[in-house]
Amino acid sequence: MTKRPALLTLALWLIPLVFLAYFFYQPLIAIFRLVFSERFSQGWELFEWSQVSKPLTFTFLQAFLSTILTLVVGLPAAWLFAKFDFPGRKALRAISILPFILPTVVVAAAFNTLIGPQGWINQALMALFNLSTPPLKLLNSLPAILLAHVFYNTSIIIRIVSSSWSRLNPRLEHAARMLGASPWQAFTKVTLPLLLPSLLSASLLVFLFDFTSFGVVLMLGGPQFSTIEVEIYNQAMNRFNLPVAGLLSVIQLSITLLITLLQNRVNTPRYGKAALNPERSALSRPAKRWQKVFVIFMMITLILLFAVPVISLITRSFVTLEADRGQRGEVALGFTLRYYRELFQNRSGSIFYVPPIQAIRNSLLYSGVAILIAGALGTLTAYAMAQRARFNKFLEPLFMLPLGASAVTLGLGFLLIFNRPPWANSNFPLLIPIAHSLIALPFVVRTILPAIRGIPESLREASRSLGANPLQVLLKVDLPILLRSLLVSLVFVFTISLGEFGASSFLSNPHTPTIPVAIYRYISQPGALNYGQALAMSSLLLFVCGLGSLLIEKIRLPGEELF
Amino acid sequence: MLEVQNLTKDYENKPLLKGVSFEVAKGELVCLLGSSGSGKSTILRIIAGLEEPKSGAVLWQGRDLRDVPTHKRGFGLMFQDYALFPHKSVAQNIAFGLQMQGLNEEEISRRVKEALESIRMQSFAERPITELSGGEQQRVALARALAPSPRLLMLDEPLGALDHTLRTQLIQELRAILHQSQIPVIYVTHDREEAFGLADRLVILHDGVILQEGSPEELFEQPATAWVAEFLGLGNLVQSVVTQAEPLRIKTAFAELTLPNQSIQYSPGQECQLLLRPEDALINTQNSARENQFECIVRDSLFMGEYHQLELLCGETTLLARSQTPAEIGSKLTVSWPAEKIRVFPGS
Repeated sequence: MTKRPALLTLALWLIPLVFLAYFFYQPLIAIFRLVFSERFSQGWELFEWSQVSKPLTFTFLQAFLSTILTLVVGLPAAWLFAKFDFPGRKALRAISILPFILPTVVVAAAFNTLIGPQGWINQALMALFNLSTPPLKLLNSLPAILLAHVFYNTSIIIRIVSSSWSRLNPRLEHAARMLGASPWQAFTKVTLPLLLPSLLSASLLVFLFDFTSFGVVLMLGGPQFSTIEVEIYNQAMNRFNLPVAGLLSVIQLSITLLITLLQNRVNTPRYGKAALNPERSALSRPAKRWQKVFVIFMMITLILLFAVPVISLITRSFVTLEADRGQRGEVALGFTLRYYRELFQNRSGSIFYVPPIQAIRNSLLYSGVAILIAGALGTLTAYAMAQRARFNKFLEPLFMLPLGASAVTLGLGFLLIFNRPPWANSNFPLLIPIAHSLIALPFVVRTILPAIRGIPESLREASRSLGANPLQVLLKVDLPILLRSLLVSLVFVFTISLGEFGASSFLSNPHTPTIPVAIYRYISQPGALNYGQALAMSSLLLFVCGLGSLLIEKIRLPGEELF
Repeated sequence: MLEVQNLTKDYENKPLLKGVSFEVAKGELVCLLGSSGSGKSTILRIIAGLEEPKSGAVLWQGRDLRDVPTHKRGFGLMFQDYALFPHKSVAQNIAFGLQMQGLNEEEISRRVKEALESIRMQSFAERPITELSGGEQQRVALARALAPSPRLLMLDEPLGALDHTLRTQLIQELRAILHQSQIPVIYVTHDREEAFGLADRLVILHDGVILQEGSPEELFEQPATAWVAEFLGLGNLVQSVVTQAEPLRIKTAFAELTLPNQSIQYSPGQECQLLLRPEDALINTQNSARENQFECIVRDSLFMGEYHQLELLCGETTLLARSQTPAEIGSKLTVSWPAEKIRVFPGS
């Protein structure tokens, strides 16, 4: 980029900065002020530390266990995809990385249909052994949380580690073998050290996601298991203890920031071309017996882990079970479209009852607004960052910070600062798409910025010399080149907004639920119809998000990664 | 010492090696010469145990290596892209093989020092690999392969990635180091200059089979097939047809030549190819066998230092010939090849 007046850069920064200051930093500061004023006025003596230490300990514990388990599944899977060619490889890889884009409520609902009291396993056992109550209490347990986290985050390990593994020059390992190293020595002394940066980076990212997990823990962990995120929600929404919620937010934010900083540090590629695979593909068919066994074993494992919960959710949303209607003992399967049809009807007369179709309308509306805000601000920010101005170094981190703040923290901050005019009452729901666009903003910038940086300045200069004015340059040169990345990021904003649960759970009032909030409400209410409707909505959401990720894969340029 | 027996191997369901056999004797430097894609590297990888042949065997001192894993064969391989460990320094790279042998620290550092001296890179010991130039990397890779004293050293196009000046310089260096080490060497290349400059014996691989093997002199004097002659760049190859068996008369596009005293019997109508070496051409001299003399037009005359290279247009065929004197472009001259210097290859 040629030198541009700093004034232009500042102008580009202006709107995003004002927006961020008002909607992100103001609420954040409000949380800090609340926490510290409370503690200064009341002191620490009366403070019950267990309110913080208990969820904090559990958060670390479950995040640690989840990360280890994710690595146990993810590393062999990464090796599988990096080294082997086998029938169904593409399809298996697609279903293995699908979970990453799934909304938390969908994942929670999917596992509910598998291991919950109304899920397949329990219903099958009840029918088989003539039981009157679900025999397996798998829901509301640590294993349920861990399972869902492994389901979620294995895709991260597969994406990051398998791509760097397949790019690793296989001759390095061969060279080690030629110098007398056994296969194991070649792995530990050559391959592993070279994979370490991406391995560490992926593990930290997985840990971060497990650490900040909200929807999964809330819906699968039950009342006795609460992470910091869930505890923030409980303290704020159920006990109205905002100071404790705020303190938890501050702790949460500092820890996630620390992990993010650490993750950025290990993420830098160190060896450049020296370790790169000179050939395009190093895939080989499993030739030896143990390789065939390994490939088949991994295929079964991955299908069980990734396809079964999704299939379970979809099938369960089309099925009535006789036991649901209270006629215990005689379970009869029946196909039904009732749950889907009921989405469009308003049955209950309750004033708090909102028909599901209303939630769908809300969600679509909010995501439309979020796309507009995040798209506009993201493009402005990316252009500002692409300029060579000295102050960019200081402004850039300000923009990436929302990535570190959790959605729940954001929700809490909004609750604190905007619960008064002009935002209270009727305007309040508008905060939902604003929160969504804040969450999606870093992704938009990360997708568009490389594309902007990739436009050679000579193209703009050439079009200017051919008589194009600045606006024409922008429309005729920049826009067509950026279109793909822009589309990718907008689809991404759409799926993020549709599935967002953390902030929405704070901000949606009883009359204005989003789809995830409605799913959460329905699934926790008794009755087969509520359950079925939650599943029907989850399946629809699953379908839309799957379509969105398919679209992203189709239009994104090869080599672009979303994180 | 090393015996390769009848190796076959498929690549993407097509036969790549169709039965390759050769031997390497003690202290011998064998050059495996072939165009790219001929399966040279695959032969090395099979000998190394990194790949398995479809059939055939690799024997070391009469013992079949089928069940011996790569790391227990005691062979060294220098990779085309060097495959130096990017997370290790120069000295750590060279030490790797010695550590795998379980040598003590003292012994290792002594041998690393020796190895660095042999490639004259003592001051580079602690440098990271990523800071080395191509030529430096090539030398470190050689030192790393030689340090554990392998029973056999294989080099896969070791000079392939380097520019021409560096190559000629490194061939000399390589020759000195390899001859000094007394280790049998298999050297794979597609470059005939490298092969002629280094090899005790050449093995020419084409289309999955060995076309010819022998000393560089033998191959130069007696190429077995037209392909070998062309691949080695020995001279003009001319398509022709036998018109008379005894004495042998052969018709080319531009002249009919008489070639008596051939070892093989030809029959009229048979297609064959002639090798006319530029250095054997006689320009504007009266040849005793007048039949083998023909007229042509000079299209180009290049001064090459010790001689002039003439590009001659004979009919529609272009031939290269060497001359002691320059020729005027566009002029006519007569050229002839002595019958005893022309080689005939049956087939087209």
